[in-house]
Amino acid sequence: MTIAADPVLAADGRRERRFFLSLSLPALCIVGLAAILPLLWIIRQSFLTTAGEYTVGNYDKVLSSGLTWSALAATLELSLGTLVVCILLGTPLALALASARPRVANVLMAFVMLPLWTSILVRTYGWLVLLRRDGLINAALTALGLTAEPLPLVYNFTGTLIGMVHYMLPLFLLPVYAAMRDIDTNLIRAAASMGATLGQVIRTVILPLSAGGIFSGSIIVFIYTIGFFITPAVLGGGKVNPLAIRIERTLSTFQDWGSASVLGILLLVLMALIAVMFLTARRLMAYNKMGAAHA
Amino acid sequence: MKSLPITIDSVRKAYGSYVALDDVSLDIRAGEFLTLLGPSGSGKTTLLMALAGFVRPDAGKLLMGDRNITRLAPNKREIGIVFQNYALFPHMNVLANVEYPLALRRIPKAEARQRALDTLARVKLEDLSERSVAALSGGQRQRVALARAIVFEPRVMLMDEPLSALDKNLRETMQYEIRRLHDDLGITTIYVTHDQREALTMSDRIAVMNSGRIQQIDAPQRIYDRPSTRFVAEFMGEANIVAPGLVRRIDGAEGQREILMIRAESLHLDASLVGRDGVALDGTLRAKAFRGDNWLLTLALHGGQEILVCIPAALAGGCAELATGQWVTVYAPAGKVHAISGAMA
Repeated sequence: MTIAADPVLAADGRRERRFFLSLSLPALCIVGLAAILPLLWIIRQSFLTTAGEYTVGNYDKVLSSGLTWSALAATLELSLGTLVVCILLGTPLALALASARPRVANVLMAFVMLPLWTSILVRTYGWLVLLRRDGLINAALTALGLTAEPLPLVYNFTGTLIGMVHYMLPLFLLPVYAAMRDIDTNLIRAAASMGATLGQVIRTVILPLSAGGIFSGSIIVFIYTIGFFITPAVLGGGKVNPLAIRIERTLSTFQDWGSASVLGILLLVLMALIAVMFLTARRLMAYNKMGAAHA
Repeated sequence: MKSLPITIDSVRKAYGSYVALDDVSLDIRAGEFLTLLGPSGSGKTTLLMALAGFVRPDAGKLLMGDRNITRLAPNKREIGIVFQNYALFPHMNVLANVEYPLALRRIPKAEARQRALDTLARVKLEDLSERSVAALSGGQRQRVALARAIVFEPRVMLMDEPLSALDKNLRETMQYEIRRLHDDLGITTIYVTHDQREALTMSDRIAVMNSGRIQQIDAPQRIYDRPSTRFVAEFMGEANIVAPGLVRRIDGAEGQREILMIRAESLHLDASLVGRDGVALDGTLRAKAFRGDNWLLTLALHGGQEILVCIPAALAGGCAELATGQWVTVYAPAGKVHAISGAMA
């Protein structure tokens, strides 16, 4: 649109933009103070020794430590694991919700949302009760004779993954459900009328048209899980040590603000890399989808 | 391409206490262009969706040829459907949309491409095959939807108000093209519309529906001239429904005793345009309006009932001089006076 031809209209437009900008000023200030200042402080901190002198020694120490790289691996393992399970469980669930009758869908949605309204700490300890050696699940399994020994369900990767998926699933589900619900029913009917089976309809129509939602959900899950602390701390039993736990330990055990700051920056760089990867992948997919009718 | 006849046998469908289809029976001949015409809520779309397989009838049978398809899944029916909103896949370009049903049938890529391009040429869209669906105009989308529905050579085609979103001129062009396409391919076609002119223009036969029932099924001219019920008479055009006592024979002979339907355009001011066996109606002129190609007069008959008279502008000598309140006699030829059943409402 070109309204620039008329100087009065252009001036009007400028005034309007300035007005809206001024309305968002309080929010911008809060974001600036709460996000950017601490970030700058952390960057500064990463270059200081405990005595307060400038150094690059913190980077040297952290990046040459094996613990850092194993924490990085643990972080990626946990995040990717959570994401994969969320996609595998969440996509069919979203499909079921989107195709259910509105009243049924609302009830199911309430069940899905319930965990979000409960404190994360309460829920994590709740899982502890369920998953312990003498917990409800193992008691039931041994009582039914399905397992001779209680299964190691908690204080390890499995337990952490269960807790993480439980927390992340609603966050993944919401954008996917929204995308699927927006698909025109007639598209599905049209595909069926041309001979598509249910599986083909899902593969060629529903999934491509909800790819945007699946992508958004994946980014949310990934960004959340990558810095997650409580669940691995409670359910990991010391065996799952992602970067967040490394940072906490560096601070609480060694009071090493410099190294902790370097780890924090590492986490930030990781998030930025992943966000860029996701967005690039999404752009490539959007570019390729034209003319793709492979049934 | 062999097309198939369709038999709809006593089909019933209710949603709670609302009866959408009330014992509908209809035989559609192979290769016929049949229109389901009716106001919204008359059940025409429900009937179409039952044929497509998206609505399961509570009772009754649907046959395609000899095959009972009442409980057959939609994807096994081999029916081409054009939806009201076109339902084109937004994530595929024009060619991919048209290739879609062929890809489902595992037709080799090269052959599928050729068939899709040939079909696009049929609807004059071969130049836009690489275009994104979002970049098409309403008329072009309509053509893609048509191409996609015929490319897999279905035996039957269903169209659900396919032209309702287009402007008037384009609609008339597309009416002609859809009919031409039907004549070329000979596919049995069931076409749903609420536009009576569209139905008259395009169809071999029209089934007029109201509140879940078929009111009348006939050729367009018979539906228009010889409606069997008052509803059909009034739905198809400007109809005057008058009691026999208000109509007299010009030659003085005894008239009909049933309720009569006379179309507004069958009435004339000039008795010489009507034979000796025609009829006359007398009334006072209530209103007159010039509408370009015709004059519309409103007459009040004895007892107060108003009738509409439509005089073509070419035959309207004298219309301009008529004054409201004036006593006017109008005439209709005997062939245009049609007795209908049903009470005067």
